[in-house]
Amino acid sequence: MALADMRSPIESGCPDGFQYMHPTMRRNFGLWKYHEQPRGGVMCHVAHSGDKIWTVKAGTQRILDLFTLRKLTEIGDKYGEGHIHFTLRSNIEFFVTEEKKVQPLIDALEGAGFIVGGTANSVAMISHTQGWLHCDIPGTDASGVVKSMMDELIEDFKNCNMPNRVHITTSCCQINCGGQGDIAINVQHTKPPKINHDLVGNVCERPTVVARCPVAAIRPAMVNGKPSLEVDEKKCICCGACFPPCPPMQINHPEHSKLAIWVGGNHSNARSKPTFQRLVAAGVPNNPPRWPEATAIVKQILKAYKEGAKDWERINDWIERIGWPRFFEVTGLPFTKYHIDNWRGSRNSLNASTHIRF
Amino acid sequence: MARKIYETPMLDELENGPWPSFISGFKRLRDEHPDERINTMVSGLLGQLEHSYETRKGYWKGGTVSVFGYGGGIIPRFSEVASAFPESKEFHTIRVQPPAGNHYTTAMLNQLADSWEKYGSGLVTFHGQTGNIMFIGADTANTQDFFDEINEYGWDLGGAGPCVRTAMSCIGGARCEQSCCNEHGIQRHLVNEFVDDVHRPALPYKFKFKVSGCPNDCQNSIERSDFAVIGTWRDNMKIDQNEVKAFIAKKGRNYVLDNVTSRCPTKCIKLNDDDTLTVDNHECVRCMHCLNVMNKALSPGDDKGVTILIGGKRTLKIGDLMGTVVVPFKKLETAEDYESLVELAGDIIDFFAENALEHERTGEMIERIGLVNFLEGIGVDVDPNMISSPRQCSYVRMDGWDEEAEKWFARKAEQAAG
Repeated sequence: MALADMRSPIESGCPDGFQYMHPTMRRNFGLWKYHEQPRGGVMCHVAHSGDKIWTVKAGTQRILDLFTLRKLTEIGDKYGEGHIHFTLRSNIEFFVTEEKKVQPLIDALEGAGFIVGGTANSVAMISHTQGWLHCDIPGTDASGVVKSMMDELIEDFKNCNMPNRVHITTSCCQINCGGQGDIAINVQHTKPPKINHDLVGNVCERPTVVARCPVAAIRPAMVNGKPSLEVDEKKCICCGACFPPCPPMQINHPEHSKLAIWVGGNHSNARSKPTFQRLVAAGVPNNPPRWPEATAIVKQILKAYKEGAKDWERINDWIERIGWPRFFEVTGLPFTKYHIDNWRGSRNSLNASTHIRF
Repeated sequence: MARKIYETPMLDELENGPWPSFISGFKRLRDEHPDERINTMVSGLLGQLEHSYETRKGYWKGGTVSVFGYGGGIIPRFSEVASAFPESKEFHTIRVQPPAGNHYTTAMLNQLADSWEKYGSGLVTFHGQTGNIMFIGADTANTQDFFDEINEYGWDLGGAGPCVRTAMSCIGGARCEQSCCNEHGIQRHLVNEFVDDVHRPALPYKFKFKVSGCPNDCQNSIERSDFAVIGTWRDNMKIDQNEVKAFIAKKGRNYVLDNVTSRCPTKCIKLNDDDTLTVDNHECVRCMHCLNVMNKALSPGDDKGVTILIGGKRTLKIGDLMGTVVVPFKKLETAEDYESLVELAGDIIDFFAENALEHERTGEMIERIGLVNFLEGIGVDVDPNMISSPRQCSYVRMDGWDEEAEKWFARKAEQAAG
């Protein structure tokens, strides 16, 4: 096609959401009074005007095929009121303005295999990334890990019986696109990259790769008479940051790319200030197609949290109260030298006091 | 051409169990979709994914694909194992910006589904972690045609690469009693001011806006965005004492003591003998806990606005950073208020573009140059709300002290004069 025939884009940017919003929500925008949670997966919001709206939330497979998407819109037309909202964790929400429509909507969703839940103090849908399905640097699959884990956590998704909500995330490399979570399951490589020196000179912008390394372990070198890069393997932290800008520095390995589990990430300002997640377990096998070892540790942590935390305590609040030594005691997870931080600012994570629980 | 069906014994395991299976969805497209383009492409995809499961490795590489007039918005994917699975050798994702607040009608979703069925693999996600609708799986030629079609009825590409990225906001005022600002309006004012920077990646690295209506920060803006806008209020929270009494009648006094007053981080809420609550609003840090527990009885005040925090990001390259306070409180009511918000964002993006190193996020740049240099660069005065504690180490040169103290008193006098 000649350049002159190409169509110029309309740079419309982010569309206005009001045109798609349920009319009751549009009418009461910013004028809501309170909400109630009649059961797991259902919320009823009441506006100052007296208007009410019921939300029914359902979990899906996230990567939707068109048959599934059309099934969801068909349910939205027949049992909902034609308006849909997707949550941050890729759950789908339907809205109705009459209480009597709630149960038939739930029945239709469950009848079609979707899972109603994910509200209040439940284990919410695991937020996740692309993995082997579509990413160019993944150490594992995301959808498969999440499907396997949600199969086991389904009752905790449907019912609200945790002390407070639990957000779980997964990520297929240490960039951690899945984000911070109460529990995060992330790939952790354990060996330095394997370099294909024949390709580096042609494929990689070498100064960019050198600059990308967090610990300055990469330097330019001539290998077999060709310009390449070499890694000081004593300094290398196996983070994989060099792999995206330089694919010949392969970091993924079928055995040595493991999973690590982190807990206590919480972005809410409620009670304490927002917190980052902390390492609790590593060396977990990256074991498709069902990743049973990772799920077992997550369930161990959830069991201890459910038994030990007080109402409204998120995982970080609970650990703050009981202390880390007790966390390792009640979860049965080993405490190792790798738990002691040595990154910048790490002294702030040491116990500079005699506050010790006996 | 006879369609090849690959054996997928490992993926088949993911059809077991009660949670909806993405593999079953892929197989429906392969086995039941009448369009040969879709059913063969998904067949190849299943073959390649099974190969990944067996060898524990990914086989996609990037490249350069965009649409005419733009430099980003497409995630190009070419298969490294195309000779074994040729059907899905080009499998690009098209990132499309969602409406503010992620609202859709079923009719619009069906229209998008119809367009995608004409050009793509039939796989879509609402939404990716940056916030885009992800139309997963189109070859290079169809990428342009699909975009042209949906662009005509109101949809535009999101960001990919070192650029202003697609923004996100919580459901906010549409359905939440804690909303303290017009989340959707803020999102659109900000991101749509920078459409050029979204579509033509030219920044040192990515730059993200996220908006939450209250300090619960359901949008996770503080950890996941360079420019976080979080709703708050500065007058007294509202207390409906009748609802307090009703709550106590239902849950008991101990519940309020254990779960409300004793959890207050500044101990500014008190249960009285007559089953009413008193709040010392001057000490309240707007953490939201008591409002979350007693959402019928306690509500945000009327003097609403936003706090702006800059520089949140995940690990790469120096470790995780939370956004930190740069604007403690800002009203967002008038057109001028919104203009000054967008101006601040523009100043920050300009400073970032000029001063950050390649592949350095805003938060990392601030870490490297210090918050004060950043504030001076964007013309914002220092404020004690920006820190959790003052300087601890005496190793600093302070011969400008008198002048700086004078500035503080001058600003205070100006504020007092109104």
